[in-house]
Amino acid sequence: MGKPASRRIALVVGGAIVAAAVVFMYFGLNSNLVFWLTPTEVVEMGESAYETPIRLAGMVSTGSVEWDADRIDLRFIVEDYNNRIEVRTKTAPPMMFQEGIEVVVEGRLTRAGVFEASNVMVMHSNEYRELPDDHPPPEERYRQLLGEATP
Amino acid sequence: MTRELGYAAIAVAFTLALYGLVAAVAGVRRGRGDLVRSAELATYFNFGLLTVANLAMIHALVARDFSISYVAQVGSHATPLLITVISLWSALEGSILFWGWVLAGYTALAVYLNRVRISGSLVPYATAVMLGVGAFFYLLLLLPANPFQLVWPTPADGPGPNPLLQNHWLMAVHPPLLYLGYVGMTVPFAFAIGALLSGRLDETWIRATRRWTVVAWGFLSLAIMAGMWWSYEVLGWGGYWAWDPVENASFMPWLTATAFLHSIMVQERRGMLKVWNLSLVIATFLLTILGTFLTRSGIISSVHAFTQGTIGYYFLGFIAVVLAFSLAVLAGRSAELRAAGHLDAAASRETVFLVNNLLLTAFTFTVLLGTLFPLLADAVQGVQVSVGAPFFNRMTVPIMMALIFLMGVGPVLPWRRADPDELKRRFIVPAAAFMAVVAGSLIFGLRQPYTIVAFGFAAFALAANIGEFVAPALKRVRAHGEFILLALLRVVNANRRRYGGYVAHIGVLLMAAGIAASSTFKIERNVTLRQGEVLEFKGYRLRFDELWGREEPQRFVIGADIAISREGGSESILQPRLNLYGANQPITTPAVRSRPHEDVYVTLMAWSAEEGATPTVTIRAIVEPLLVWIWIGGLIVGLGALISLWPDRRRRRGAAQRPAGIADAEPVPVVVTGELAAAGASAGQVAVARERTRLGPESAGKGILP
Repeated sequence: MGKPASRRIALVVGGAIVAAAVVFMYFGLNSNLVFWLTPTEVVEMGESAYETPIRLAGMVSTGSVEWDADRIDLRFIVEDYNNRIEVRTKTAPPMMFQEGIEVVVEGRLTRAGVFEASNVMVMHSNEYRELPDDHPPPEERYRQLLGEATP
Repeated sequence: MTRELGYAAIAVAFTLALYGLVAAVAGVRRGRGDLVRSAELATYFNFGLLTVANLAMIHALVARDFSISYVAQVGSHATPLLITVISLWSALEGSILFWGWVLAGYTALAVYLNRVRISGSLVPYATAVMLGVGAFFYLLLLLPANPFQLVWPTPADGPGPNPLLQNHWLMAVHPPLLYLGYVGMTVPFAFAIGALLSGRLDETWIRATRRWTVVAWGFLSLAIMAGMWWSYEVLGWGGYWAWDPVENASFMPWLTATAFLHSIMVQERRGMLKVWNLSLVIATFLLTILGTFLTRSGIISSVHAFTQGTIGYYFLGFIAVVLAFSLAVLAGRSAELRAAGHLDAAASRETVFLVNNLLLTAFTFTVLLGTLFPLLADAVQGVQVSVGAPFFNRMTVPIMMALIFLMGVGPVLPWRRADPDELKRRFIVPAAAFMAVVAGSLIFGLRQPYTIVAFGFAAFALAANIGEFVAPALKRVRAHGEFILLALLRVVNANRRRYGGYVAHIGVLLMAAGIAASSTFKIERNVTLRQGEVLEFKGYRLRFDELWGREEPQRFVIGADIAISREGGSESILQPRLNLYGANQPITTPAVRSRPHEDVYVTLMAWSAEEGATPTVTIRAIVEPLLVWIWIGGLIVGLGALISLWPDRRRRRGAAQRPAGIADAEPVPVVVTGELAAAGASAGQVAVARERTRLGPESAGKGILP
């Protein structure tokens, strides 16, 4: 060490390691991203939505909830007024889960068109200030929920 | 009245901080000892003022004075007293107020302890830096995060603190520890900048910085562990780490501080890595501020980040100023920071420290990238994404493995050059431990390569670190016929700093084993049970006995009695619960049965209790082996920090004599009293001995008071 030649070698080796690490990380990141979407955006994605990790926000459709306690099997539909996505999960419904409530679910859309969720979160705001009168439109509302959801 | 008092105290503290900053710098530049002394007094006054402001807020919370904005935000009549007091840090404004208090305390203490010990302009400059950081936080309290705003008309009651934060006693422990760790990193930063500004780049700043880093690092270690424990005890999914941005924010400065605590030894012994060490201290401080920005600005929403506002811009501005200033100061001294030594051999302790630092830096960078990537994606592509936990696991598990391995190699390798025969002898036991554990794992049917290697490396490193205690202790037993425990105690006592480090290693290794086992062999079952029905699970019998409800002042509790027994063993009752705080989302309280070999974790997920029908509950039962060792290991890490910091009567006398030792290398006279210290500082442009006071090998490893 200290001599110019060995220093150059060290620089080259170091640079190669850093470059390899960056490439490794890039692919690591790309294959592990969870996309935050609304039902309409999932529908718009078409084919590419299948088998991609997705965090989905919307409202539980009225009359869509089926809960089989013995088999721990919960099915419901998440909608954003324009589009509906069928959701299925092998966990119990979280407390306060009910029709018409806002939810964020995490999982993947299978090729069968059913969203297999690993996590269902009921979005009951824990901000105590009252909602402003100029209530945001649904799309923005659900976009905001995506950020507030806690996995 | 309380409101005005609290606000006024902060306003005065802000003014004093600015005054002290200017006075300290001007005092040093113009050789005015009285100005430097007045800056010192400003730090003491500021601690008093922040104490007044915090006590005012606690008083307002306890008195339920809803005319004060922060009380109206987090207080309620129903909240019990203890939770009311700790809601001081349950939301943004209060936590900044508490931060200010801790910072003022650290500043006053660091100035008080070092005003005599270190002569010259280093302490005044460090004082100015700490007061500058203080001024920033007081400014936040005066403008965007003012907790003392007037609320009119005064509400009759408030909503109470965030339910997640009032559900468990660990929330009384985790945040203060975190602040003590986070804010504590300001002191080493201030001393590093002080050293750069004063040109005093010898061992003086290292000594002060190292001890203060251990203090902050110890608190941060305990805080991270307490945060993991809290997640485990409250969130109900049986996990303790989710690579949540808030968790990452506390973890990144821990990584860089850990790197510093190792690489600083290379500088002490070999005079290398000077710029690197300064950069690590600066990076650690910046990461604490970045972490606060990420979690407090609401820019990345997560469990803790429940507030939003304009405060983010203040933090961004502050980060930019600190970064630019630090780099400029560092660049200005680059010529004086050349390495004095060089690497002698590949197989030496300094090489291990170098690799350790590369790994810890790569670790920090990976976590930083994963944490900030969603912001980049949103800003550049307009796509909202989060980075999944698999990314962090895949990238960091190999790094963790290598670090565990190095923890065993480092203590065994000597400095400079190793004698091959000696090496062989010292590696026999750790290598045997590695083989034994790997073979044992395979025989027991483990087939997960990562886990087997993790166990093997952990055993290797544990054997190596424990060997560092046992070998010299046995030598004492043979030489003096001492009782083995006494011999161990004397070994540790003779070099607390080193053995504190080894104790911390043992703690981290136990944590690593606990994490590897509990994450690999976690078994989960979701099931609905009718009253009296039994779940047979992993050798346990879980029987649902009763569903009950209980009204408490601030919440309603629903719980289930689940009788648990080992096959043929005696029965005990687990009570998983759901706590309902008003109209908020209910908070689960899982029931945990911890044993050294495994935890049983039961969460109540749903229930039905219709009139006339048998009640049913849906529970999630989880068994996780060795989990409790994560908490035990965490406490041992804290113990290690404590051991290496423990003051020593004998050495304190030595420290008192130290200035004389340093003085002969310095053109300024030795100063002993406070006033004289200031006078010494007044020699402002004192050319300071660089590299002249080399620590001998016997003193380098010893702790000296901060």
